[in-house]
Amino acid sequence: MGEFKVHRVRFFDYMPSGIRALAFNGDTERMAVARMDGSVEIFHCSDRFFQEKIIPGREQCGIEGLSWVGERLFSAGLNGGITEYDLTNQKVKYTIDAYKIPWYTFLVGCEDGTVKLFEVNEDKIQFERNLDRQKSRIVSLSWHTSGSKIAAGMMDMIQIFNVETGHSIHRMLADRGVGTSRSKECVVWSVVYLSDGTIVSGDSVGMVKLWDDQTGTLIKSHNVTKCDVLALSVSQNEDSLVAGTSEGTVVQFQFVSMVLGKDDKEWVRTRTFKNHTHDIRAVAEITTAVVSGGMDAQLVVKPLLDKIEVRSAASALRKIHFPHRRLVFCARNSGLMLFQYPGHLELWRLGESEGKGSSLFVKRNPEKLLHLKVKGEDHIRCSAVSPCGEWIVYSTASSLRLYRLHYQRFLFLFFQISKLPKVLSSANQLCFSSDSSHLFSASTQSSVHIVSLSQSGCKFVGTLKPKSGSHQAIHLLAASEDGEWLASANSDHEVHIYNLQTRKAHCTVPVYSSAVTAMGIHPTTNCLFMMYADQQMCEYSIEQKQYTDWSRTVQRKGLHRLWMERDTPCLNVMFNPQNPSHVILHDTYMLCIIDQSLPLPDDKTQFYNQLTLKSLTEDQRKSHSHAFKVCKTFKDILCVELISDQSLVVVERPLEDVATQLPAPIKQKKFAT
Amino acid sequence: MTERVNRFVLCTSGDSVKVYSTRTEEWLHSLQGHTNQVTGIALNRANHLQVYSCSADGTVKLWDFIDGILIKTFIIGYPLFAIYVSEKHDGIVFLHIAMDTDSKNECFQLVAVHLPKSAEQEVEAKELSAVSSRISPNPSCTAFGREGQYIAFARHLQLNVYFFRKQKTYSFSLKATDKKGAKNAFTCIACHPADDCIATGHEDGKIRLWRNFIHTKEYTYSTQHWHHNAVNTLCFTPEGTNLLSGGIESVLVQWQYGAGNRKEFLPRLGGSILHVSTSSDGQLFCTSHSDNKITVIESSFKVCGVIQGLVKGDAVLTDLMIDPRSKALVLNGKPGHLQFYSLMRDKHLYNLDIVQQEYIYEAGLDQFEVVKAAFDINGYWLATVEERGQKSSDLEFVLKLWAYDERTQSFVLNTTITAAHTDRIISMCFSSSEETTMLVTTAEDGQFKAWCQGADADTQQDQSFWSCEFVGSYHNLKPTNCSFSADSSLLAVNFQEVITIWSPDTWELLTTLCQPPGVVRDLCFGRLSCSKYLIATTTRNLLCCWNLLTCALEWSTSVEVSKLQPDPLSENVAAFSYQSKHTDLFVFKPSEPRPLFTHKNMCSEKIHRAVFVPREEPLNNCDESSQWLNRSQLYFLTQNMDLLTFSTATEEDRMLSSSKRLVIDDSVAVTPFYLLLGKHRQQQQKLNTPSHPAADKPQQPQGSVTITELLHTPAHVLPAASVLCSMLVSSLLISNTGVRKDPLREMESSEQEMNSEKEEEHSEEEMEACDSQQELRAQGSVDEVTPKLSKAQERELKRIRKTDFSWMTGLIDSKP
Repeated sequence: MGEFKVHRVRFFDYMPSGIRALAFNGDTERMAVARMDGSVEIFHCSDRFFQEKIIPGREQCGIEGLSWVGERLFSAGLNGGITEYDLTNQKVKYTIDAYKIPWYTFLVGCEDGTVKLFEVNEDKIQFERNLDRQKSRIVSLSWHTSGSKIAAGMMDMIQIFNVETGHSIHRMLADRGVGTSRSKECVVWSVVYLSDGTIVSGDSVGMVKLWDDQTGTLIKSHNVTKCDVLALSVSQNEDSLVAGTSEGTVVQFQFVSMVLGKDDKEWVRTRTFKNHTHDIRAVAEITTAVVSGGMDAQLVVKPLLDKIEVRSAASALRKIHFPHRRLVFCARNSGLMLFQYPGHLELWRLGESEGKGSSLFVKRNPEKLLHLKVKGEDHIRCSAVSPCGEWIVYSTASSLRLYRLHYQRFLFLFFQISKLPKVLSSANQLCFSSDSSHLFSASTQSSVHIVSLSQSGCKFVGTLKPKSGSHQAIHLLAASEDGEWLASANSDHEVHIYNLQTRKAHCTVPVYSSAVTAMGIHPTTNCLFMMYADQQMCEYSIEQKQYTDWSRTVQRKGLHRLWMERDTPCLNVMFNPQNPSHVILHDTYMLCIIDQSLPLPDDKTQFYNQLTLKSLTEDQRKSHSHAFKVCKTFKDILCVELISDQSLVVVERPLEDVATQLPAPIKQKKFAT
Repeated sequence: MTERVNRFVLCTSGDSVKVYSTRTEEWLHSLQGHTNQVTGIALNRANHLQVYSCSADGTVKLWDFIDGILIKTFIIGYPLFAIYVSEKHDGIVFLHIAMDTDSKNECFQLVAVHLPKSAEQEVEAKELSAVSSRISPNPSCTAFGREGQYIAFARHLQLNVYFFRKQKTYSFSLKATDKKGAKNAFTCIACHPADDCIATGHEDGKIRLWRNFIHTKEYTYSTQHWHHNAVNTLCFTPEGTNLLSGGIESVLVQWQYGAGNRKEFLPRLGGSILHVSTSSDGQLFCTSHSDNKITVIESSFKVCGVIQGLVKGDAVLTDLMIDPRSKALVLNGKPGHLQFYSLMRDKHLYNLDIVQQEYIYEAGLDQFEVVKAAFDINGYWLATVEERGQKSSDLEFVLKLWAYDERTQSFVLNTTITAAHTDRIISMCFSSSEETTMLVTTAEDGQFKAWCQGADADTQQDQSFWSCEFVGSYHNLKPTNCSFSADSSLLAVNFQEVITIWSPDTWELLTTLCQPPGVVRDLCFGRLSCSKYLIATTTRNLLCCWNLLTCALEWSTSVEVSKLQPDPLSENVAAFSYQSKHTDLFVFKPSEPRPLFTHKNMCSEKIHRAVFVPREEPLNNCDESSQWLNRSQLYFLTQNMDLLTFSTATEEDRMLSSSKRLVIDDSVAVTPFYLLLGKHRQQQQKLNTPSHPAADKPQQPQGSVTITELLHTPAHVLPAASVLCSMLVSSLLISNTGVRKDPLREMESSEQEMNSEKEEEHSEEEMEACDSQQELRAQGSVDEVTPKLSKAQERELKRIRKTDFSWMTGLIDSKP
């Protein structure tokens, strides 16, 4: 099937950031996730939780709460600002100072004990007034659906405010729990105000308590954990409630009738999910699943089997560890690697090896050439290294910087290109042409700017604009080997192909319902190979402006069940220059080579057939082999890249290494230990 | 299976249902009538004084359990395995019956049986309607839901709920195995009495609470996990506020319903909990345990009573023994304990903690177990051996000697010998003489040791401890058995094929006996007149008898003997032989080669433990085949831990008649009139019974019987001294009343009466005395001088004193 020399890279110390807040928008089925480093990510829940958009964070920008208003997303942070995001261009729209805000937008509870009311206007939000000022700080807030009452979780108590008058209606005291010290106050970490007037609170004593807002009395309390209950979330029809604890468990409560067929329902604790090792800081119940995220930086989607009609791959337990974007770039011709961290870039030279066999002796260790810190507070949005290894470019939300590297045998020169064309102020995605002569920078309104690079400097060449007039940002760019074509994919699932010679739009690939996760243009046939989030694949002939025969066969016959059930998207498409029929793909757990010359497997054939093939004779192999060759040697893959000397670079980030760098979880007594 | 009402606990026991009182923990009576194993009981919801029982004999019986009266018998015709009733289904019982198809597969089905209403005692119930065939063989896997509206039953990994009104079954399945290796199979079910909530117990110790089970998709359950092993039983309290669960941990767990994981524990209840049930008012819980015990627990979670049967441990490692003092059967009981069990009263007396360490209820742990125990002849000393590490190489064992403390009425540890031998102790025995107590132990290290209670010169204390007196060995062979002769003048120790005879006084090897081939398995001396014989069994199916006077083999026979048990009160020796998958019993005298009694095909298991229990009073059995049972009764233990015994036909008759008498006793009020009338009737009954217990009794000691009896009677039950005085005087007089009878027969009858009436004697003595007094006074003038009484006369006197004058009532009656 082809042999490759593999550079197994494990020195990329990427650390995903912990999840701080979740907000689910039921209308658009989007889940907004705020991380500790201030970045906000948008996941598409019905498209296999593909990470559609990433809005990078800033230094010292802790987000405490997220909220959707219609299709607008707001966040509130500890730095005292309310931020609205521009989701089409994936950037911060504006920030309003509201003084020390821990929670929730447009209704803001402040550390100084005030609840501030904001009005959401067409393009801005405006401060309306303060509710009664309280002595202790406000930790959590929840609206009643009628909009007339607000429940606020504070230290040792919960208060209900009347929005009209701004006065407090009820004060409900949360007891400090048995066995804990009297002086340790009970923090009401989260409150949920149900439409029937029940207030649910989760506190630091480990209790989930149900209160009646008419009388201000406790209805029922459930001891969920010995530690804190940090997050609560209620389903849209209010028959289910989930609570996230600092033990890493999610506890579900359901509103169940105690006597079948009658209406007297009660909240009953039902299921417990344990998928996290650390504190769960945010939970959200979406239509068919419970989504939880916490300090261990993984987003866990636990499907609720009773809400799912048909069990399928889309309804499996899903753990999202790594972003669905590339963070590693390879200079194909010079053996350089660029690692993108939130606040800096690292450039490494790959090691060299000698000998033969399954594991080779390392002759020269990999070497870190460059550590490039970002100027300013913004985090890196995207970066790229040119195939020749001479150019490095990165972009934050506000600026774009281009660097030139020059190195002779012992001399290493590195300088920034100072005079950049004005259009290159910021980019959503960056890409170099294969001969490193041009830089493509995806900009607003799905347009792509072309800049030609030379020894002397760079020069703006032109702008490519799609015919459709989409405003969504581009998240993928692919340039052809011969420098003739450029393909761009945006969040509207559109893929545009441009002719670089004429600098005009060539054609548009028919829009598919799922997002493109990776694409590449074949070096010889100039076919665009696309991978979608729902694990479908398409090959589109650019010259003929239609799907290729192979692609139509794939669509007709369908893909194998095991292929469709994989739960991470493919992140890169490569082509084997030695064998034009080979397409190399990878996701987090596997590396796959598709041989387009071989027949496709159907559901009856064995999908992972390498071992069986080995045991067969040459003749029998032909009848048994199919197009998919899957290699599962590598785990937790961040990137696979084919470099020019016919060797593969596999960048792994083992989850165990990530776990060791996390803070120690809460110590729990385990039975029989 | 236990079922309780406030004052009574009912439990199934073999083919009867036993009724116990919860207050006194006493056994009240048994509901007897089934001819096979009783498999289930259920209270009649319509009448709370009645109970249904079902049995493998294919009948359902309705009892009044307070009076122990069988009300009705319903004949179903199939072996029944469990019974359920619900208050909503009046006149219907639900039964488990085996599917006709194949008994091997253990297919059971749940059927509803309509019990016909008819006045007859025995009714055939033929109206069977199947409810489901997906039934687990475990009866705790079926339960009725709220108000009997639905029935929940589980089998393997599937829970089914059948609604009677809708006639619809909802099924819910669990995965065969969890990712974490959990075993999800259902083990028990309980339904909440007021809410629609089903609690299920699982093999991995989880408890799930199911709700919303009218939806096949939107059903939901919560999981709670405390038990580390399978949950054996679940039970809601009648109000539904708590859920009780129990398992192998022998901890009763009380879960607060609806409060998540808030729970209370009642630990260290004994064996693993098999069933839990609550009284109808929720005041009392009771648990039944695998070690044959019922614990009664108050709702405040305090144990308030224990009803203990013969403790059933994992294995009986010790021999069956009789405590010479209490005549109680002694064997392994609770782990690390010896139990004392009174066979006469069928009651557990107490447990003696030998190991004195906390036992951990967890499978696979190697813990100390009592493996050997022996009593000396007076019951003053008890020797025990406890062992740990039978399976592994590092064996630990301790020899302990216990002295009986008169003050505390129990055994007190006297000496602990940690390294009695260098290897495992195989057998031990006390010398049988009364003067000196000596213990001999044999061990795998090739030595036997004699231990004596020696006054230690260094420690001048009142107590004297045991120490080693002699170490003996023979050609480095391994000794296995040791036995003292009846007078303790000889000690026989066998070293594989060789039996060595030692003199315990001089520790001199007197002689060796050998009858190859085959290693000696068991050996014993004959008793009483046969004490000159030594009997041994070998592994090569040989039963040998040596005459010790001639040191020659008297006789030998080829029989495979698994257990040899001599009767201490007679010459008889019982031998259990295990051949071709069944056990035969031979009882023989060593002096006679012909066996006294043989019982072929007694049971199908091998017998390793047996004991002769001396009777309180010997029987007089003329029947030759049962003569050997006259002095003592043979008990033996099968591998299934069933304790069986031999009884004679007369005994059974007597038991029956006594139970009848009990019934009469209770129904008639005790009035003076009754004493006159009723007693006469009883006597007639007794005369009808063919038992003659007096015949075998040794002769009465010489001397005045009246006086000895007077002296032996406790003072507080004696009548006033004035009465006695006149009685004593009158006893010295000769009477001439009554019809002359054959003196021999008279003697017999009088003594018989004396024996049989011992109980009533004291209560009625006064009255009798008055009677006789009157009579004697009337006759006093006839014969005045009686210088000396012959023995016959004396007996005559006694007879008169004891004679029942109830015949006089007959006279009174006949008088117009």
